[in-house]
Amino acid sequence: MKIVVCIKQVPDTKGGVKFNPDGTLDRGAMLAIMNPDDKAGLEAALRLKDEYGAEVTVVTMGLPKADEVLREALAMGADKGILVTDRVLGGADTWATSSTIAAAIRNLEYDLIITGRQAIDGDTAQVGPQISEHLDIPVVSYAQDIKIDGDYVIVQRQFDDRYHVLKVKMPCLITALSELNEPRYMTPGGIFDAYDAEITVWGRNDLKDLDDANIGLAGSPTKIAKASDKVRNATNPPVTLDAGEAVTYIMDKLTERHII
Amino acid sequence: MALEEYKGVYIYAQQVDNKLGSIAFELLGKAKSLAADLDTEVGAVLIGSDVKGLADELAAYGADKVIVVDDPELKEYRTEPYAHALASVINEFKPEIVLVGATAIGRDLAPRVSARVKTGLTADCTKLDIGDFPMTPTPGKTQKHNQLLMTRPAFGGNTIATIACPDNRPQMATVRPGVMQAIDRIPGAKAEVIEFNPGFTPDHKYVEILDIVKSVSESVDIQNAKILVSGGRGVGSAENFKILEDLAAAIGGEVSCSRAVVDSGWKPKDLQVGQTGKTVRPQLYFAIGISGAIQHAAGMEESDVIIAINKDETAPIFEIATYGIVGDLNKIVPELTKQILAAKEAKANV
Repeated sequence: MKIVVCIKQVPDTKGGVKFNPDGTLDRGAMLAIMNPDDKAGLEAALRLKDEYGAEVTVVTMGLPKADEVLREALAMGADKGILVTDRVLGGADTWATSSTIAAAIRNLEYDLIITGRQAIDGDTAQVGPQISEHLDIPVVSYAQDIKIDGDYVIVQRQFDDRYHVLKVKMPCLITALSELNEPRYMTPGGIFDAYDAEITVWGRNDLKDLDDANIGLAGSPTKIAKASDKVRNATNPPVTLDAGEAVTYIMDKLTERHII
Repeated sequence: MALEEYKGVYIYAQQVDNKLGSIAFELLGKAKSLAADLDTEVGAVLIGSDVKGLADELAAYGADKVIVVDDPELKEYRTEPYAHALASVINEFKPEIVLVGATAIGRDLAPRVSARVKTGLTADCTKLDIGDFPMTPTPGKTQKHNQLLMTRPAFGGNTIATIACPDNRPQMATVRPGVMQAIDRIPGAKAEVIEFNPGFTPDHKYVEILDIVKSVSESVDIQNAKILVSGGRGVGSAENFKILEDLAAAIGGEVSCSRAVVDSGWKPKDLQVGQTGKTVRPQLYFAIGISGAIQHAAGMEESDVIIAINKDETAPIFEIATYGIVGDLNKIVPELTKQILAAKEAKANV
């Protein structure tokens, strides 16, 4: 079985969010990490490899330094890493990103594609399902359990108040939740080997069946009209009160606003 | 086809088990104001099996037109037949705007459909307006009018971006539940109902549903609560949530919580407010023992009134609270409950 896992290098927003004195986000002070949902997707692929035997190829699109997350994936147990990087691919929205990654995957043999549900920088959850549409294969998003049954994948697909157990013919694409599993650590030997491992680098000309109208900033249907780091609202300063005073204060405000 | 020929603001009227979700009414509320700005109509797309009877309810919440795709293949939500249904409606009726709820279903369906009809999609919008793109006149660029400007948080709520889709139609967005407001129900309102069936032939993209397991949950939907009494790590233990439950009962609200509380196993995930939980905008939000990390704030900062109680005066929650109290929640909360009950009793006796 051949599994392709799509991963993304993102700034760490969890616990490590840093602000400049003016209240804007200090991106330079934040670490670059493998997106958590993608790491769960990779772990799911590695467990399938452990159980059924599989070749796991990780693909990322980004700046040249994104090879760091590929090496991390190799150190965890992935077999091959592919970096898709080219100036003309920059500034892509989810449509252009998914068109590009789908074109890269057309170069590969695959039975199963796994992506994370969403990246913590964009939070869109769109690229996985859009890749599946470009490749004309079924998608199961929000997977919480994955098993192989011959040519089929049996997946639990989570909804708000229920889950569906789905039987899907391969090739197909699955998007994984970070709640799916606890990703393994890199092994010391793995880290050593990954450091020296050859990463395949593809530029725009290595990608098949990809129209220039569908790549990069120019090929993105959505355009940013305005972007700003969010400055938090200044409000009434907090008051320090003992319990009795605090209760009186709250009761006054609730009465003032006709809540009680 | 010229972009101007696309007309109407359409919403995907999500139903599960032949019951419309409140997200459908919230989207209709927003669609109505967008349609008024554009001088066009509001369409609702209703997809399912034996769902035609729900059309009147959509009319009551503002739909001028309801397009019903009714087929036995659509009994349970599956990506492929639903994507085929919605994409076919878009290709047939050519709306200029399509709004989908950012629910587990909507976030699966909308990307697939947007890729199929070759247009852009903006995820998890919190604000939608009609305006110009570019927003200010820019030399060398034609300014387009009457564009959908879609505003959404990114970077875990740390940044906000406004996005347009100037050269493709429809302009598509998913919208977080709990953010837009439904109009007051208009009993007896009627919409033009159009039945449309593009034909459903199972292919390799149709998946088989082996089983459906519903989680048995007694808990309420915190997105519908007018008052939320929300607790964080500072509450200290699962047992100590009792004082919050008492306050909620006294004031007529519901209990919700932060992610730390869910991670500690004190409360179930469906009570979680925040970026990875639910977005709420109650009339009153108590943030008790919640530090107010940006991921939490992203889910509740639109509340009308926020009262924060925390022992740490540097807690970020105080930056967004309407009223902030630095103090001991274990003393304040039970006493507040007592006084609210007393005040209610006094009122009842007048």
